[in-house]
Amino acid sequence: MLFFENVLLALSGLMANKMRALLTMLGIIIGIGSVIAIVTVGNSLTNSITSSMESMGANNVTVGLQQKSTETETTESGMTFRGPGRQKQPTESDYFTDDMLDELKTKFSDEVKDFSIETSLGSGQVTDGELYANVSVTGVNDGYFTANELTILQGNTLSEKALEGGKGVALVSDKFVNNLYNGDNAAAIGQTVEVDIGSNFYDFTIVGIYEYDDSASGFSSTSEEDISTTMYVPIKNVQKRLHSTAGYQQFTVVVNTGTDSEAFMTAMESFFDKYYRNNEDFEVSAFSMESMISSMTDMLSTVSIAISFIAGISLLVGGIGVMNIMLVSISERTKEIGTRKALGAANSSIRLQFIVEAMVICLIGGIIGILVGVIGGAVAANALGYSASPSVLSIVVSLVFSLTIGVFFGYYPANKAAKMNPIDALRYE
Amino acid sequence: MMSDQRIIDMNHIIKRFFIGQPNELEVLHGLDLQVNEGEFVSIVGASGSGKSTLMNIIGALDRPTEGDYTLDGVKVFEAKDKEVSKIRNQKIGFVFQTYNLVARTSALKNVELPMLYAGVGRRERTKRAKELLEIVEMGERASHSPDELSGGQKQRVAIARAMANDPAIILADEPTGALDSQTGRLIMDIFHRLNQEQGKTIVLITHSNELAEETERIITIKDGLITGSREGSRYHAVF
Repeated sequence: MLFFENVLLALSGLMANKMRALLTMLGIIIGIGSVIAIVTVGNSLTNSITSSMESMGANNVTVGLQQKSTETETTESGMTFRGPGRQKQPTESDYFTDDMLDELKTKFSDEVKDFSIETSLGSGQVTDGELYANVSVTGVNDGYFTANELTILQGNTLSEKALEGGKGVALVSDKFVNNLYNGDNAAAIGQTVEVDIGSNFYDFTIVGIYEYDDSASGFSSTSEEDISTTMYVPIKNVQKRLHSTAGYQQFTVVVNTGTDSEAFMTAMESFFDKYYRNNEDFEVSAFSMESMISSMTDMLSTVSIAISFIAGISLLVGGIGVMNIMLVSISERTKEIGTRKALGAANSSIRLQFIVEAMVICLIGGIIGILVGVIGGAVAANALGYSASPSVLSIVVSLVFSLTIGVFFGYYPANKAAKMNPIDALRYE
Repeated sequence: MMSDQRIIDMNHIIKRFFIGQPNELEVLHGLDLQVNEGEFVSIVGASGSGKSTLMNIIGALDRPTEGDYTLDGVKVFEAKDKEVSKIRNQKIGFVFQTYNLVARTSALKNVELPMLYAGVGRRERTKRAKELLEIVEMGERASHSPDELSGGQKQRVAIARAMANDPAIILADEPTGALDSQTGRLIMDIFHRLNQEQGKTIVLITHSNELAEETERIITIKDGLITGSREGSRYHAVF
């Protein structure tokens, strides 16, 4: 009861001195706000990475070609130059072939479940009079659908026959259908569309429609109509159209559950060694989403801890500011304290009153700080292209922490007030 | 209204300051004071007479160096700090020269304050505070804060506040000192009314002989000793 009265009293005191209250809270607001903002950005980053990781399959290992580190030359003056040909594109002779994949699968039959391969034909537009839809045409193999599950809304997925034969058939997104066929999925099936990729036209017949998953792409600044969705076509068809049937620049191994992806990656790199040892420009590098994510979240959390530490210093300074203003407020209200004592307030009641006041200042500062932090963090996360997801735990911790600051830094002034001699306090002008 | 029931019983009160230091000073030199229930007494004395020191001891704000003090049957200075707070809360109603209302707090809340510290429930607190404000004719201004009230109005609220826990004595320190004569008269009338109608024991500290004459008994203090005690003329000063 006394506690509640004290809260009201503290609030009316703050209202009477708004500017001072705000300045006092500033340290707390900045401290809590920056912690929350950092945690929000970090959390948003981690969440969107994790969700895209989940959609790609965490354990899957992607194998690609990487330019061999070129020899460096050191001149007499000590200057270092990298060798020529830094930006080489792999040519067909460097590509992975189907034979290599078959051998890999035979050798690592325990680990390899399937191969997921994709090759981009390019990004372009399909137009129909006024209507248009942006697409990126991607050739995929059958293993791609093992690694990436698609929800088929209408028609069928790419058949094995179509994939084998490299037929000109395509899976399009429901967004694509919205743009061109006014959302009529049934009408879209069987239609042949012409994709304009850099003024080259490619025909595809729509055999199925999949559900576009916008959670994986996160925040996007493009409007609903302009969004570019993937058009899946058989990889053999893409190779045919590009007149490049030799192989692939990159593929993803869908691993069986229980595989140690780190060890498997090393084993695979040594497996490919025999093919690429004599290759002048390229070597094989494997990486898994999992290892990338973990190193990235490690880095993020290190940065978060460092910034939180600095924010903690700001909170400490803010707390000292609260203590300072409480001391000022108490000396201003000496006469009031004397009066309260004369009216029968016990020392503990006076102490409680000022501790509650400090707590209220810190709590309001904390709440404002959380709002500032969540908004700031959300803006920053969106600016970086991730969907904002504030951490509930950090908000709760911040609230508790700001209350603790209030108690900690309010205690000394409150105790000083409680121990005042009532006669001196009453006489104080 | 007078009875023989002792409310204030002080025996051989000595108060020294700066004990053990070169400037040690004895202000009260073994003072005896008795006030009976329902009495309206005044304590007069020039400044430096020890009047304020005596008032602080009566009000349980200060401890005497020697001597004992019984207030309404309770030995005040055998009590611990916490119990002394309780005595101030329950037994004494202070009225100050400078009103000492708590700022930014309505008249009603000010009157509720002693009851808040006494742990009286919210509803009862508000009910009693309203009644008290009616007694001092401040019922209509219950929601006003002190800076919206005149000096006389503030003092009336302060009297209502002093009455909150139905104390054994009302201790009024120069209650009209900061008021003009007309308002001062009004305040004195309230004290007379409380004394006559409710039988309140009132101790009035003043330096004005004219005001003191209004009371039943005038106690004169000089150089730390009570030098006289006589009946007042009951003549109400017109200022």
